[in-house]
Amino acid sequence: MADKKIFGIVSLFKDPNAIISAAKKVASAGFTNWDVNSPYPLHGIDKAMKIKPSKLGIVTLIFGLSGVVLALLLMWWTMSVDYPMVIGGKPYFSLPAFIPVTFEITVILATVSTVVAMFAFFFGLPRNAHALHDTDYMKKVSLDHYGIVIEAIDPKFDEKSTMDLLNNLSPLTTEIIYYPEKETYPIFEPRFLALLFGVAVAVSLGTYLMLNKLMYIQPFNWMDKQAKITVQSRSDFFNDGRGMRLPVEGTVARGFIPYPFEDQKNPTEVLSNPSFPTIENLELGKSKFLTYCSPCHGNFGDGDSRLQGQFPNPPTLHSDRARSFPDGMIYHIITVGQNAMPSYASQVNREERWAIVNYIRALQRAKNAQDSDIKFVKAE
Amino acid sequence: MTYQKKDLPSKISKIGIILLIVGIALGVLAFFVDHSRAVFNYLIAFNYMISIGVGALFLIALEYVVGADWSVPIRRVVEFFAAIVPLLAILVIPLLFNMQELFHWSHTDVVMEDAVLQSKAPYLNVPFFIIRVFVIIGIWTLFYFFFTRNSKKQDTTKNQKLTTLNIRLSAVFIPVFAITISLSAIDWLMSVEPHWFSTIFGVYFFAGSVITALAAVTLTTVLLKENGYLHPSMTDDHLYSLGALLFAFVNFWGYIAFSQFMLIWYADLPEETFWFIQKWEGSWAIFSIGLIIIQFLVPYIALVSQPSKMNPKTLKFISVWLLFAHLFDLFWLVMPEMEQMSGGYYFSWIDLTFPIAIVGILMLVFNMKAKNENLIPIGDPKLQRGLDFHL
Repeated sequence: MADKKIFGIVSLFKDPNAIISAAKKVASAGFTNWDVNSPYPLHGIDKAMKIKPSKLGIVTLIFGLSGVVLALLLMWWTMSVDYPMVIGGKPYFSLPAFIPVTFEITVILATVSTVVAMFAFFFGLPRNAHALHDTDYMKKVSLDHYGIVIEAIDPKFDEKSTMDLLNNLSPLTTEIIYYPEKETYPIFEPRFLALLFGVAVAVSLGTYLMLNKLMYIQPFNWMDKQAKITVQSRSDFFNDGRGMRLPVEGTVARGFIPYPFEDQKNPTEVLSNPSFPTIENLELGKSKFLTYCSPCHGNFGDGDSRLQGQFPNPPTLHSDRARSFPDGMIYHIITVGQNAMPSYASQVNREERWAIVNYIRALQRAKNAQDSDIKFVKAE
Repeated sequence: MTYQKKDLPSKISKIGIILLIVGIALGVLAFFVDHSRAVFNYLIAFNYMISIGVGALFLIALEYVVGADWSVPIRRVVEFFAAIVPLLAILVIPLLFNMQELFHWSHTDVVMEDAVLQSKAPYLNVPFFIIRVFVIIGIWTLFYFFFTRNSKKQDTTKNQKLTTLNIRLSAVFIPVFAITISLSAIDWLMSVEPHWFSTIFGVYFFAGSVITALAAVTLTTVLLKENGYLHPSMTDDHLYSLGALLFAFVNFWGYIAFSQFMLIWYADLPEETFWFIQKWEGSWAIFSIGLIIIQFLVPYIALVSQPSKMNPKTLKFISVWLLFAHLFDLFWLVMPEMEQMSGGYYFSWIDLTFPIAIVGILMLVFNMKAKNENLIPIGDPKLQRGLDFHL
């Protein structure tokens, strides 16, 4: 027995008042690494043991305040800076609407951090072995006894004098507790992990079956099942069975003028260009040209794109034929397509189409520049 | 257990009488100077009395119904404050004679032209109002009488059955209290603006009145304990419980007040929002922001830490603060509805007269009860456990 390491000395008491007066004496003897065990919380034991108020509140405070700040920052950034949205006619940053969320985040951060800090820093968990486990002492203080334990790591600990001190408190019994031979146990033991996994699966499955199959009772279903036709569903009300109705023939959407030469391959008359080639307009045209036109026509409209050989190549935009087109003809080709080129009406709107036309005109002018044009460049 | 009763110093009743006479004299003068303002101020004072008296009655019932031990040694303090309840039947009379000044719905010609008031007329009419007022005050007085009679009888008979009886009475009283205090708040405070409605209003007033009663009890307990009138084995842990309860109800008030505001603000329905807009016009905006700070932020910060909840100095300060805060709250609720002040607040000495009378009445009533009864319920079977209370 001599080579065994001492964990500490324990004393058992039968009476809660006795343990409080004993705790007072041990505390005044100046011990620091000691504890009192009881089957239930004892009122007044904190004072008797001279325990200082816990510092745990500081953790709660810090995390609570950071919850306030984080929640407000998140909502300020998402709701009024990054993606401003008007909700219910309220301002982008409307504090009353944010307070419930801030409150929830504050509470959850404060409580979760408190519990985690309590386990991790104040209880020193995870710890799956303790010298007092599996002792007779622990069984008794869990039932109907009260105990004091003074640990051997205490600087004032001395086997003989501590024993005397505890015996002078007139306890029921006093004994020395040794560390078990095997001092540490691995936390991630395969059997333990298997148990964890099994519990996780059983709980998830059980919860799912319980809530979604066994106990799923709809209190009312008039929101879930409404007497209305939803998107792409069938309706027997109409002869053709379509739930989604087409607009009446000839319907014109608000603010939309239909293109009059839609059906003509080679229109005899075309629209005239309503837009003026300002710098902004040409920039828009360039951006749209590079996005939608350049994959086939090439960056400068030469018909030399990177798709060469993989796809029927369009002719150059700098041919005499193309240069002699009126603006409206190029617009017509973008709108309805030509040969292998499909319609781009759904990708680029009318304004953007005219901007592309203007940009193509600029490309054509640049590719077929004359000496007289240099004067303008120099003049700038 | 040995308990020697100590009489409170006689100067309390002297100061009380002086304050009451000064308050009544100034109040009567105010009725002649600015009749409307005086009536509105009297309404605030009357509701303040309801808050303390009925709030205290609720605290008594709460102690019995949850089986609390710690509050037994100070239950008499609570009972003495509840002694205001029987007085309410007398205090209400001046208001009943001035209903025309307070309530639009009491004018038959106004109601005739107003569809909303017409539809509310089956409830908001003068005879039914007066019946309600006296029935509600009657119920409160009845319960007050039974609670205190049983408690006082126990001092001499030490009969444990009286505690059981009071527990049963409390269980009946709590739901009755919930209904009566809501109705009282709706009748006296919400119907000053009869077009407005808020279903949480009764709870709002309840939260404020419990804070007020608790603050009065806390202040008195700390003062009595410091001067040795209560049992010597009472510790800071008893004060901590009072502080914690105060803190809880401050939070509760903030929660309810914000809930009321946020739902109305979010739904943005004109028939509800106009009430808050009135309280944002002119200088009332300062009162509205002040209310948040006075009734919630300052008490919250003052009471949030554990040591401050048992610090007698903090408790004394925050009790006085909260006693003022509820007066401010009632002022904020009622005063913007006065026609002359709908655009903003202007000062008048009348606003200060009635609080003087309130303090005077409270001191007198408390002193009178303390003279005739023990300051500790010496016959209560739970007293020893209450004194042994530790956190």
